[in-house]
Amino acid sequence: MLKIVRMLLVAGAVAAPVAAWAAGGEEIHIARQPWSFSGITGTFDKAQLQRGYQVYKEVCATCHGMRRIAFRNLYEAGGPGFPEEGVKALAATFKVMDGPNDDGKMFERPAKPSDRFPSPYQNEKEARSIHNGAYPPDLSVMAKARGIENTSPWYQQLFWDMPRDIVMGYQEGGADYVYAVLTSYADAPSSFTMADGMNYNKAFPGYQIAMANPFAGGDGLVKYTKGADGRPGAPETVDQYSRDVTAFLMWAADPTLEQRKSMGWAVMIYLLVTSLLLFIAKKRVWASAH
Amino acid sequence: MSGHEDTYTPRSSFEKWMDQRLPVMRLMHGQFVDFPTPRNLNYLWTFGGILTFCLAVQLLTGIVLAMQYVPSATEAFDSVERIRRDVNYGWLIRSIHAVGASMFFLACYIHIFRGLYYGSYKAPREVLWILGVLIYLVMMATAFLGYTLPWGQMSFWGATVITNFFSAIPVVGETVVVWLWGGYSVTGVTLNRFFSLHYLLPFVITGLVVLHIWALHVSGQNNPTGLDVKTKSDTVPMSPFAVMKDVFAMAVFTMLFAWFVFFAPDYLGHADNYVEANPLVTPPHIVPEWYFLPFYAILRAVPDKLGGVVLMISAVAILAFAPWLDTSRVRSTKYRPIYRWFFWLFLITCLALGYLGAKPAEGVYVMWARIFTFYYFAHFLLVMPIVGIIETPSSMPRSISEAVLGKGGGMGSTAAAATAPEKR
Repeated sequence: MLKIVRMLLVAGAVAAPVAAWAAGGEEIHIARQPWSFSGITGTFDKAQLQRGYQVYKEVCATCHGMRRIAFRNLYEAGGPGFPEEGVKALAATFKVMDGPNDDGKMFERPAKPSDRFPSPYQNEKEARSIHNGAYPPDLSVMAKARGIENTSPWYQQLFWDMPRDIVMGYQEGGADYVYAVLTSYADAPSSFTMADGMNYNKAFPGYQIAMANPFAGGDGLVKYTKGADGRPGAPETVDQYSRDVTAFLMWAADPTLEQRKSMGWAVMIYLLVTSLLLFIAKKRVWASAH
Repeated sequence: MSGHEDTYTPRSSFEKWMDQRLPVMRLMHGQFVDFPTPRNLNYLWTFGGILTFCLAVQLLTGIVLAMQYVPSATEAFDSVERIRRDVNYGWLIRSIHAVGASMFFLACYIHIFRGLYYGSYKAPREVLWILGVLIYLVMMATAFLGYTLPWGQMSFWGATVITNFFSAIPVVGETVVVWLWGGYSVTGVTLNRFFSLHYLLPFVITGLVVLHIWALHVSGQNNPTGLDVKTKSDTVPMSPFAVMKDVFAMAVFTMLFAWFVFFAPDYLGHADNYVEANPLVTPPHIVPEWYFLPFYAILRAVPDKLGGVVLMISAVAILAFAPWLDTSRVRSTKYRPIYRWFFWLFLITCLALGYLGAKPAEGVYVMWARIFTFYYFAHFLLVMPIVGIIETPSSMPRSISEAVLGKGGGMGSTAAAATAPEKR
């Protein structure tokens, strides 16, 4: 019996890499990144979220909407924590459609904190007509809508990777992916034929992405606010922009993250104490059965 | 019901008044306080209570979610996002409901495997077992319908794949599937009716669960030895003994539940379901939730569409025949030295099929899926009938009391049990 089990294990171990080869491509390997919000004790870095919002607004918002985020989310707890007055002023710089008014006409007015971020295009068709058929997706839940593939052999996945990820509370696959795409633009190798209008990206499935490198301007593209020492709050590098905007996207996709994890600790401790008490009670009750 | 004497005496005047008009307290007392429970049940027997708890949690969270959810193709995804962001604790209720479905199936599989190991499906518990299979089927339908509701890419394409099974039915297939869809493909019309059915089926499950518990209380619980209860010393009253054990087990189970809800709420789901449904874009890998993966592997192991569907449905249906396929005169695998190996092989098969269900149906994965599918059916159709006949069970205690309290304990050493076999 043991012999059969051992045979199956060995056969399975051989099968996995063979299968990957048979599927016909090298697997894209995306590394995991350290994030302040990862793991069971993670929290957002407010300064990072604020910088991330700045990157989104100056670089991404030209093409990508975020229609599920409201301006008020920018000052509410658990998020970037901008001052409320600042957010009101910021919102007023955007125009939103409202109406109909008493004359039955639709009209434009300055946005209020209760309004959601206005999208750059009226609808998908307009976006596609401007971008040669490509559609820049809304980024509200992008950090949750992507993940990275696990390419380890099956026994490693089952007995190590999965239990480890559950215990560590790994939910940052989307963030790791977004960061990887933003920092993996490169020149296509000479052996690779690019389709018209596409850009080479080492982390994107198929290596061709319709989006041009948003950080093609390089380091210094976005000017971060200077701190008390006269230096920017964080290095103005493409790597930093990518990290900051990814963290912001993670907040946008999961705004209750901090509350969820802190409540989680309270709940786990409560349940642990309750389970202990119930166990003792159960033992006491059963003592009389012997 | 199970023939133990009725010891209920109403105490307060209200209790006496109710007892004469609707004896609910008498029923509860007889079935859940005084009910004789085998004294040797292990923690695998707590999963019935855990499942009832899961059902209650799903009902409560589901009903609250339904107050905010909009079952329309254009608004469903946004309504879920609104629940996650703007409804007070909406994120929590939604996570509990989504994780709760997985927890429900985890407890269900442990409960089923307990039944398979200890022969709980054997006479006189056949109807109990079949009711369980029916509950499982309705659970699967409910979970499938519920997964379509967020109207993400996996929701839409999973719905398309599963509903297309019906078109495989000869002659009437195309008509049936158009009738189901309410159109010529999966659309918002389909979503709307799926929501209606998703709200309905849990109450069907509740009715089946009532019957399931009723059937259980007629025969009484099985126990790890598989022996019948013979004397009073074989049992303990359900309250407080079994109740305390059940409640403790529920608390530990809730810890696992809470871990996922608070620290890994989307771990058991699929990232593609955070992309809005798009009929024009097919995801590279369409996979169902983890609890359906073994059946998905079986479906794709067969190269023929109708064959795959038939085999997949048979894989669930064949469970119902276990009481008649298994020829062993011994209930519990504890005393079945040959069958035990096959049981573990069956468990490994189910886990392997689950893993394979998540992989693309290419290359070596297909070969392994076919091997494990073959064993899955061979276990029911060959192993259960044959091993039961050729096997010699190991020596068994003469009663439950003897198993628990040791030889000479209790009054267990009397009459030979109907189920203790004498194999030479």
